[in-house]
This record gives sequence, structure tokens and C-alpha cells, in this order.
Amino acid sequence: MTYIAKPQVRHHSLPENALGLTVRDYEGKLSTLCAGCGHDSITAAIVQAFWRLEIEPHRVAKLSGIGCSSKTPTYFVQEAHGFNSVHGRMPSVATGANAANRELTYIGISGDGDSLSIGLGQLCHAIRRNVNLTYVLENNGVYGLTKGQFSASADVGTKAKKGQVNELEPIDPVLLALTLGATFVARSFSGDKDQLVPILEAALRHKGFALVDVISPCVTFNDHTGSTKSYLYTRQHYHEVTQADLVPLRKPIETKQGEGEATQVRLHDGKLVTLRSVEPDYDPTDRDAAYMRLRALQKAGEVATGLLYIEEGDSDMHSMNGTVEQALVDVPYEDLCPGSDALAKLMNEFR
Amino acid sequence: MGDDNRVNEFALRIATVNGTGSASANGMLMQAIFRMGIPVAGKNVFPSNIQGLPTWYEIRVNGEGWTARTPDFDLVVAMNAETYRRDVEGVRSGGWVLYDSTWPLPDDAATREDVTYLGVPLARMCNAEFDGARTRILMKNIGYVGALVALLDLDMEVVRGMLEETFASKKFLIDANLKAIDLGHRYASEHFDCPLPIRAKSLGATDDHIIIDGNTAAALGCVYAGATVVAWYPITPSTSLFDGFSKFCKRFRHTESGEANYMIIQAEDELAAIGMTIGAAWAGARSFTSTSGAGISLMNEFIGLAYYAEVPVVIFDVQRVGPSTGMPTRTQQGDILSNVYASHGDTTHIALFPADPAECFTMARDAFDLAERFQTPVFVVSDLDIGMNDWMIPKLQWDDAYRPDRGKVLGAKDLEELEAFYRYLDVDGDGIPYRSLPGVHPKGAYFTRGSGHDELGRYTEDSEPYKKVVARLRRKVINAGASVPQPVIERQEGAEFSIVSLGGCDGAVREAIAAYREMGVAVDYLRVRAFPFSEEVEAFLREHEHNYVIEQNRDGQLCRLLLLETEVPRERLVSVTDWGGLPLSKIAVIDGIREARVNGDGREATGVHVKGAQA
Repeated sequence: MTYIAKPQVRHHSLPENALGLTVRDYEGKLSTLCAGCGHDSITAAIVQAFWRLEIEPHRVAKLSGIGCSSKTPTYFVQEAHGFNSVHGRMPSVATGANAANRELTYIGISGDGDSLSIGLGQLCHAIRRNVNLTYVLENNGVYGLTKGQFSASADVGTKAKKGQVNELEPIDPVLLALTLGATFVARSFSGDKDQLVPILEAALRHKGFALVDVISPCVTFNDHTGSTKSYLYTRQHYHEVTQADLVPLRKPIETKQGEGEATQVRLHDGKLVTLRSVEPDYDPTDRDAAYMRLRALQKAGEVATGLLYIEEGDSDMHSMNGTVEQALVDVPYEDLCPGSDALAKLMNEFR
Repeated sequence: MGDDNRVNEFALRIATVNGTGSASANGMLMQAIFRMGIPVAGKNVFPSNIQGLPTWYEIRVNGEGWTARTPDFDLVVAMNAETYRRDVEGVRSGGWVLYDSTWPLPDDAATREDVTYLGVPLARMCNAEFDGARTRILMKNIGYVGALVALLDLDMEVVRGMLEETFASKKFLIDANLKAIDLGHRYASEHFDCPLPIRAKSLGATDDHIIIDGNTAAALGCVYAGATVVAWYPITPSTSLFDGFSKFCKRFRHTESGEANYMIIQAEDELAAIGMTIGAAWAGARSFTSTSGAGISLMNEFIGLAYYAEVPVVIFDVQRVGPSTGMPTRTQQGDILSNVYASHGDTTHIALFPADPAECFTMARDAFDLAERFQTPVFVVSDLDIGMNDWMIPKLQWDDAYRPDRGKVLGAKDLEELEAFYRYLDVDGDGIPYRSLPGVHPKGAYFTRGSGHDELGRYTEDSEPYKKVVARLRRKVINAGASVPQPVIERQEGAEFSIVSLGGCDGAVREAIAAYREMGVAVDYLRVRAFPFSEEVEAFLREHEHNYVIEQNRDGQLCRLLLLETEVPRERLVSVTDWGGLPLSKIAVIDGIREARVNGDGREATGVHVKGAQA
């Protein structure tokens, strides 16, 4: 079993959102991941984000590939359709679903093996197409279900549980996404819900592809001394970066005028997101500058977090295609079939 | 030769260099014959290359309507010095070779005494009359068309009319083309005894017909069936299916304000193409992808997911020669088994086998209905010959009363009234569960997965609940045998044996059966149009002591499938195959059956006898 039914106990004290739903209404089955798994904290943050955004649960579509991370859609938004697809191929399924029904809120959950090895091509091309999808990459540097092999995000020099040292250069999804023209790029840590929840909210509101890379330690196979994806290592290096916390995005919907280094970006639904750079001169709307700064931090072994880049426009896969506003699944057949007269006319062109 | 029998009964082979514009000249020639009311077909035998390699175009003219390929060429237009020798060899004894006499033919090509050489100095004439290298090359092609107009007695008015239509917006091109036509025509008239004994005569037998290729017809079928999301990756010979779909959508699928009622996605590879197709179908769209054998290999994992998770997708396989990259511009029926059993684990898929562009159109529509009714992938198994060549078929028609069969899809109201919804429960006992679409109703939510699941849609690793679902899938798909396009069966009084075939073999097989009839041999015919086989198929096979199963692959895949999926005794089926990459001919059918009959039961100890394997 990869889930256990969760008892439906409702606390009267739980606050309701505008839909009259409590945070419990956005939960799913009980997780069967290892106790302490970072992924469960991310699930909790996702639940919070959906609740706060007041999205109708059944208007969400949650998709995943294969791996520990890809099990997690079972654990949130019970009333949403879920699709646990094949390894590394969630982006294509999400792209097709979004093509057919643009009106739903799409969230895809993947891991570093699913995204950066077997699914690297699909991730890249979904970014290029700017599919309106929040893509959460639960990044722990190892393959968990197959017992601890290095993934493509493992840092050079990081140690496996049994002592092997990784010598291959890691693929950094954040840098990758920036080079591919991603319109929303963020990184967070499963252990910092205060940072993660607002990032997820902004990602879910963003029109277009939103990459949220979340460092999510694997307690069973990658939480030991010598690992650069352990809780301890991440906290230590994260703490350093927290002071240089590139874009602490605490309250995404409110504008905080007057604070130094603030950048305001208007989301497609008209709301403003305020990004406050802690690091001097960091401009989250300047792709090239962001890339250079993040590359430098990566080189220094630091885990830069925050909403690292955002380009809010009106463009996504559908706008490029010029699709009707209505979901294609709702276009009546009568509008799709040209009819017998048109065919009769057309036939004369084949003579 | 020389008798009236050769009127409207001949075949041409035109040898040119690819990338020189000969395709449009050849197409025009064929269409002119069609417009004279004479049944005609064109086969493009082309290289996998953009420019500079040998290419051939074959035109068969047949007043009786036999338009399968024939390897028996009455006249060869030899325009490619590189292939002169083999092109001259390819003419039947007593035939004609039309060549560019600007330069002499090489000795090894000029020595046949049983053919007539017709030299036309095309390059010299075009160099004298036209400026610019490209124009001269293009006009040389039009020049041989002009010569053929005289030699074959084609209707000049028809040819002129076509040129005027083609270049309606470019007057200067009309003049140039007319001039080139006249050059060829005049030279041939003055120097040869025109027309030749092989010649055309207006017939009026092509009214209500069109010339179309199968990919275009399939694309049109998808538009009419209401497909909205299409994902594909370029691959010969299926690419033109998307070109067609895109063209028709631009014309028929935009709202008054110009918005698109469809989305076409050129995927990064075939894996993504089928993934997108599955995603769109899961969300409720009619969605398809099109590919060829190599693409099917790449799609295999996802096809298993669609089968197991019961997602209704349509997949066109425009087959080409395999294995591996094979011969990408030659035709074969080598993917029958890899379609029907695509993906790992126990899978069985519905497959439709169109015989011509007309069936590409209707079966495209049927495929969507079947996919949604049975909630499973459906393959439309076409091939390069059907998909890319020019076929004469009756005008396509559409019944405006048609409405898509969406199958058992629950709407918001249905779900509201349900106590609980279980995705994989066999409520009606027909093996087909009910489906809900994302975003419709909270009660419809479930988890679609390729991992083990029970009939309630829950993850499972327990034997019995797993088996219950997977056993139902087999039952569901096999039951579809009664709903798929039924076989075409034609019986004759006192038939000695039967021929069983499928797909694009149909024309050659029918022509062979007619030839047998003339020889006084009665033959029954079964054309399988789909898998799973209906009961009729098995009954037919049991009626006959000898069923010769004719198909275009090395291993006799249809024959093997019949043995696997029916209870027909093995000794009743004899495999006859023709798999060199060219469309099937009557001669291959008759020779193949003769050989199999001479060799006794034609079977090897290891399994199905394969005639061509020793070739």
C-alpha cells in the first residue's frame, strides 16, 4: 500500500477559506513515506497553498511520474483527479491535459531522478512550451525506491550511505530552467514551510510554467554525514543563504510599498507579488543577472533559495497557439465538424 | 501490342533525380489522365533524401479500374543518367524508352533490341528556350509531359486547363509551362509515330471520384470525428498526416474571431507525443498521434499505461520497412504484431486495417468511437503506400447525423446522484467501466495509475484484485471484435481455395482473383479489416482447406495472429508474403500462391511457412 485512509476528523476550531473549506479538505490519504521524509513537509505546504488560494479541490489536476516524490499526489487534495503516469513522462501528460482543458489548475510533482535523468527532455520541453503548470521538483539527490543510487542532482563530492563519492557534475534544475526561458523559477527547502507556502502560492497563480525546486532530504538514504542533501547540511548552508535570502516572499498577495529593494510583479490575475531582495542588487526579473549570481552561489556550495526569477506575462502554450478561451473539451462537436456540405465542396479540390 | 487492348491499359515508370521538381510534373500527368475519366494510380518510389538521388514515379492506367501496382512497365521515361541501365532493363519486351537525347544513352543502356527508343533533346530545347538553371531543369520535366501527351494521346485541353488552374496566380508560369508542353509535344509529333499503341482515350469512369492519399484522408477523418488535441513527432511516412490535419484545421477549425478550436503540438519525441495524447484523452479530448514503426517502438511503455489505465487514445501507424530504421521510404506491413501486442506485460489492442484512403477516412472516425466506447488505445494500421501515394477513390461523404460515441462518461449530474464512483468497477457486466473527467465533479475524482489497482481504483499489490481488473481488460478488448469494422468476404461458387489478406494488399489481391476467374479457378476472399477478429473470420477460415494468407512482411504476421487468436487448425493456413518494400502486385500474389502450392503444404517444421524468406 502506498497510502492509508485518513480518518476524517474535523476540528471546529479550524478556520475556513472563502469556499467554506478547512485545510483538512485539501488533504489526501495518509502518507506511507518514511517518517521524517522531506516530501511530507512539501505535501503539507501544498495543502496550505491550495487552501489559502481558495481553489475548488475538484478543479485541480495533480500529476506525477514515478518515484517516492511521485507518490505524493495521493496525499493532498483528495477531490482532485490524479494521474500517476510513467517514469519521467509527467510533463507530456500534463501538457496534453492542459491542452485539452486549460481551465483547471495543474500541479505536477516530480523528483530529481524523474526530472533530471529519465525525464530531462520532457522537463526541458515543457519549460520551452511554457505550459501553465506548477512543477514541484522534490530534490533529494538519490533514488529512494531503488535504495539509494545517486541521482543527477547529487553534488560532486557528496557521499552515498555506503561511502561511494559522486564525481559527476550535478544538473541544477534552477540554472537549467533559467537557460530554457522558464518564466517562474524558485527554490526552497522542505524544512522551511514559511518560505515554501508563499512560493507555491505564487507558482500556482503564475500563468505559464513555474518550476519550484525543493530540497527535500531523504531520511533513509541521504541524510548522513558527507551528504550535501541532508537536513543538517542544507540547514547549515541554507542558513548562510537565508541571510542572503534572495527573495523572501512571505506574503505574496500583499504589496509592501516603501521597503527597500522591493520589486513588484503583476500576476496574470491582476494581483501583485512583492519580492524583497535581501541580497543587495539581486533583481529577480533580470534573467541573465540572476543566472550569474546563482551560478556563483552554486559554485560556492550554497543553496540559494527564494523566488529566484519571475517574468509575468500573458503568454503560455495556449496564447502561443491562439486557442479559444473555452476549454477544448467543452467545445461542442457541432463547432468541430465542418459538415457534409463543406466536405462535398472540398472533394472538388481533389479532382 | 498495337491492338486496341492497349487503350487505357498501360503502365509508365518515370525515372528522375529527386529535388528537381519532377514530382509536380508527374502528379499533373496522372491527374490529367484521371480528368480524362480513366482510372489511374500513382506510386512514388522515392529516396530518403532531399535532393540528388534517383527517384521513380509509376503511373498505372487501367480502364477496368485495376490500379494496384504492376511491375510490368510499357514505357519508361529515363531522365536520370545514373539509373539509365536499370531503367531500360525495367521496360517490358516490346515497350518504349523515352529519354533525353541531348546526350547519347550509354552503350550498356542503348542495346536492347526488343524496345523502341524515343529520344527527345529536352535539355537542348529547354536551354534554348528558357533562362536560368532552375527554370531549365523544371521545364525539362514539363517537356517530357508534353511528349507523353502526344505519345499517349492525352487530351491537351485537359493538360492546359490544369496548368492554368495550378498557376492561376502566376501568369508568367502558365506561359512558360505551356511553352514547355508544346516543345515536347511538337517534337514527339514530328519525330515519332504518335500516338503509340498504348494510349489513353477519354472514358468517363472517374466521375464522383477523387485522387487523394491516405494520410490526407485520415487527417480529414480526424477533423470530422472531432479530434482537438494532436501531438506528433516528424517521421516518414506519417508526417503528411499532420500536414493535412493542420491544413484542414486552419480552414475549418477557427472561430469567427480567429481562435483555434484545436491544438497541434510537435513533440520532442514519440514518447512525449503519446504522453500528450494520453493526457489530453484523460482530460476528455478526442486526441491522437501518428507515427511509423520506430515511433511505435518508442511509445510502447505509454501504450501499456493507456491500456491498463483505460485511456482512449488513437494511434496511426503509417508503416514503413523495418526492422530498425529500415527503408524509411518503402512500404511494408511489418507492425501488425507490434501494434496488436504493444507494450510489456499482457496487453491486447484494437487495430483497424484500412485498405485505401477511403477507409483511412472512415476508420479514423471509427477509431475514436471505438477508443472511447472501449476506453482503450486503438491503432489505425496504414502504410506508406496507402498513406503517401495517390489513389483514386469515390468522393468521401459525411453523414451529418453522426455524433461521437463518447462511451460511458459520467457528467456532473450523474456523479452527483451516485452514492460513490469507482473507476474500474464492471457495473454493467460488459467489461467496460464508467469514466469521469477531471474538473467535472468532486465525486468523480480518482487516481489514474499504471501501477496495480483494484476495481475500486485503489492501489493494490494483491493477486486477486489485480487479476480481476487485468482479466476484465482482455475480455473487454476481445468483446470489441463484434463492434470493429467487420471483414469483407466474397465467395464464389465452387471455390478451390481462399485468399486472406488485409490493408493495402486489397487491390492486387482482387486483381489476382479476377485473373484466376479468367483462368477458370474460383477463389474465395476474406479481407480482415480489424483486430480482434470477429466470429466470421474464424468461420470463414474453417470453411476452407487451404487459406493463403497474403501480406507484406517477412514473418507472416497476420497469419501468425490468426493462428494465435483463433482456434483454426494450423494446417489450414499458408503464409504467402511479399516484403521487399514496394506495393503488392497481382503477379506477386499469383506467383506466391503458385509457389506455395507447388511446395506442398508450404510449411516448415518450425512454424508458419514464409515464402519470401528464402528470396
